[in-house]
Amino acid sequence: MTTSLSGKTKILLIYLAWWLVWILDQALVLSQTGFDWETALTDAMITQVIVAVAGYVINTSMHSYQPSTRNSIYVVIWSIALAALCVEFQRRVLMQVMSDNATYLSFLESTLIVRGAFAWLMITLVAVLTWFWVYINDKQDSEKRKQDGERLAREAELSNLRLQLQPHFLFNSLNSISALVGTEPDRARTMIHQLSDFLRGTVRKETTLVPLEEELEHLQLYLEIEKVRFGHRLQTTIESSDEIMKQKVPSLLLQPVVENAIKFGLYDTVGEVTISIRAKQEGDALILEVRNPFDPQTAQPRKGTGFGLSSVQRRLYLLYAQNNLVQTQQLDNTFITTLRIPQV
Amino acid sequence: MIKALIIDDEPLARSLVKEYLKSFQEIQIMQECGDGFEGVKAIAQHQPDLIFLDIQMPKINGFEMLELIENPPAVIFTTAFDEFAMKAFEAHAVDYLLKPFSKERFEKALQKWLALRTSQKINPAQDFLDKRTSQPEEHTRVVVKKGTNIVIIPVNQIHYLEAYDDYVKIHTKEGMHLKKKTMSYFESVLDASQFVRVHRSYMINLQELTRIEPLEKDNHIALMKSGVQIPLSQSGFSKLKTVLGI
Repeated sequence: MTTSLSGKTKILLIYLAWWLVWILDQALVLSQTGFDWETALTDAMITQVIVAVAGYVINTSMHSYQPSTRNSIYVVIWSIALAALCVEFQRRVLMQVMSDNATYLSFLESTLIVRGAFAWLMITLVAVLTWFWVYINDKQDSEKRKQDGERLAREAELSNLRLQLQPHFLFNSLNSISALVGTEPDRARTMIHQLSDFLRGTVRKETTLVPLEEELEHLQLYLEIEKVRFGHRLQTTIESSDEIMKQKVPSLLLQPVVENAIKFGLYDTVGEVTISIRAKQEGDALILEVRNPFDPQTAQPRKGTGFGLSSVQRRLYLLYAQNNLVQTQQLDNTFITTLRIPQV
Repeated sequence: MIKALIIDDEPLARSLVKEYLKSFQEIQIMQECGDGFEGVKAIAQHQPDLIFLDIQMPKINGFEMLELIENPPAVIFTTAFDEFAMKAFEAHAVDYLLKPFSKERFEKALQKWLALRTSQKINPAQDFLDKRTSQPEEHTRVVVKKGTNIVIIPVNQIHYLEAYDDYVKIHTKEGMHLKKKTMSYFESVLDASQFVRVHRSYMINLQELTRIEPLEKDNHIALMKSGVQIPLSQSGFSKLKTVLGI
């Protein structure tokens, strides 16, 4: 059970108040039938306290054993047994206490059935309420567990998506370094540093939002490495403003998009390729546009958005719960990928 | 003297092979190529004994390039492909070098080839091309040679395929292209929901199909948008009905 102590105390108070009402009610009815107040109150208190104890007993027993609907017959039997016990107990105690009041004793004998029926109704009421209580709590519990599980899965997926890096990139970069070591050791060293800085950036733990400026710095490292690999074939331009540089973006979001653009651009055309990245503000969203050239004659009609982009789309969906944050379009010989980052 | 070519789109990757080759005096590098188109031309021009070939390259990949060559030379692949992908055709290439590779590994590959060369036990590249696994992009395009030009046909533009001796005729809007492949190769590579082998010698693009007409008892033909009629075999007809859901 997940009820807090204060919650439990509150319920206990309501329970006691409930029985107080019944005690007063019963005393009032008895005094109306001609008994003096002392007799009426004594009877009402003893009767209701015993039923209250029985109610508490069924409540406790049902907390530790929640019957399924199929086993509800056990609850009925248990409540009847408790009601019978109540009546028997009431009879014995009241006979002891009121042994000198003959009128009362005969009244007691004649009302045993009514007392039993009342006790059974009350016990059943407590049982039903308890059943509901336990049922709703269980439901809330499992709901919470489910939500926790989903949240954990989402966090794991997000960190996985963040770290997705084409192994080709790493191996080809290492091969370039291997080539440079023999001919230009200084450039080899520079490239090792760039690659290290880039990798360090990708394994950073936090999944938080970073300023666009920081994201672009990280992207720059990646672009420098790609430029060493592909030489003069690869050109890049980045367009942004100081104002926009402060906007927040999910970290490591741009790299897979640009990687996709480079792959698409470089493998779909021969000759020089310019990848341009543009950041702008549109309403309360930051728009990031990545353009790469392609050949409409031979480019394969793209089914979906390709692996790189689908992981970006998934990430943005997990973060912002919107499905339309990644858009692609083809304009003549240019392929444009547009990311919309809501600024909240 | 042994004639060699280096075909790789990354300049530094080419210079590494060049550097490693320095200790092999008898091997002469005829040319370096940055993509498959240059590669096809250079192979025709120099008739090399050995090529160092990258797989992922602009426009056409290394495998597609090899398929355009009549008698391909011996091939040593240099690639960053993962090991599992390469294992699939390990037995059929001279060797493959996983980037980044060491000088020792490179020399081992070359020694292996030199030894095979003198004992004349080289696996022809053709043999391996028939058995290799296809790359994802090859499901979406077919590369053919037309005269001295290289033509890339997106599979959507294919109307139908027709068996023709050792070749397959690829019919498109622009006309017909020949490719030295088998019908079953195309059956394995093309999307089965779009291309259906309706006859021993024919495979059609469903997007180009207008209707199916009965010819005579039990015989049917497929009428294509271009007006061409394609005979359907009995099993082809029932396969077509299954795919179309009728």
